[in-house]
Amino acid sequence: MDVKLGELPMWLATCNFTPKSLLGGVQKAWNSYCNKYINVKRGGTAGISMLLAGYCVLSYGWNYQHIKRNCWRKYH
Amino acid sequence: MNLSFFDQFASPQLLGIPLILLSMLFPALLLPSPTNRWVTNRLSTLQSWFLQLITKQLMIPLNKMGHKWALILSSLMTFLLLINLLGLLPYTFTPTTQLSMNMALAFPLWLATLLTGLRNQPSISLGHLLPEGTPTILIPALILIETTSLLIRPLALGVRLTANLTAGHLLIQLISTATMALLPIMPTISILTAFILLLLTILELAVAMIQAYVFVLLLSLYLQENI
Repeated sequence: MDVKLGELPMWLATCNFTPKSLLGGVQKAWNSYCNKYINVKRGGTAGISMLLAGYCVLSYGWNYQHIKRNCWRKYH
Repeated sequence: MNLSFFDQFASPQLLGIPLILLSMLFPALLLPSPTNRWVTNRLSTLQSWFLQLITKQLMIPLNKMGHKWALILSSLMTFLLLINLLGLLPYTFTPTTQLSMNMALAFPLWLATLLTGLRNQPSISLGHLLPEGTPTILIPALILIETTSLLIRPLALGVRLTANLTAGHLLIQLISTATMALLPIMPTISILTAFILLLLTILELAVAMIQAYVFVLLLSLYLQENI
C-alpha cells in the first residue's frame, strides 16, 4: 500500500468504513508489522521493543489527565 | 482532595474504558501463535522453549490425572509473569496489584483442587487434615488448625501476590520521589539514592518472576495432594 501524502484525502474517501473492513485493516497492519520485524530469520529485540515502547506511550496517553496535574500536586 | 502514594493503583479511564482491560489483553500480543513452519522465528522458538520448561517443571510431580491441568497452569504462569514484568515499564498499569483480580484467580483454582480431591478420593483428602505421627491427645486441636490452614490458602495466595507487587511499586515510587527531591539540594545523596533505586529495580524484576512462579507452584502442590 503505497499512498502518497498528497493523495491521502482521496484515498480515505475510496475505502469503506464498515466495522468488518476496519477490523480487516487492523489485521493487515498487525500481520505486516509481524512479517517485517518478528517473522525474520535473525530477528532481534527491535520488534518486541517497539511494541513495548508503543505500550508505554499508550499508557501515558491513557493516564494523561492524571499526569498533567502532577506539577501542581502537594502530595504525589 | 487528599491524594496519596496509592493513586498509582487506581485504574485510569479514557472514554469510559479502563486501562486495566488493555493491560490484561496486551500480553496476548507478545505471544505469537505457533505456525506450521519447521523453522519459526526467534520469538516463537523462545516461547516454545519457555513453555516446555515450565510445563515440564510443573508436571513432573503430578500423576496422569494431574496432567489435565497442564494447559491452565502453564497459561496462568505465562499470564502472571508477563503482567508482572510489563508493570515495571514506565506509566503502565499492573492488574495484579488489585486484590480483586488475584482473589478471582486464586479462589476458584484452589476450590477446584479441593473439590477434585473431595469428589475423587474423599478419605485421602480428609486424611491430609491430620499429619502422621501426632500424639493422640493433640488430634482435635490439630484437625482444627489444619482446617484453618486449608481454608486460608486462597486468601494467602491472593494476598501474597497483591502485597508483594504493591509493596514493590510503592517502594519504587517513594525512592524515585526521594531521588528527584534531593537532586537540587544534595546531589551526592541523590546519586546514592539512585543507586538504591537501581538495586530495587533489579529486585522488583526478580520478585515479579518469582511471585508468578510461587503462585502456580503452590497451586500445583495443592493439586498434588488432592488428585
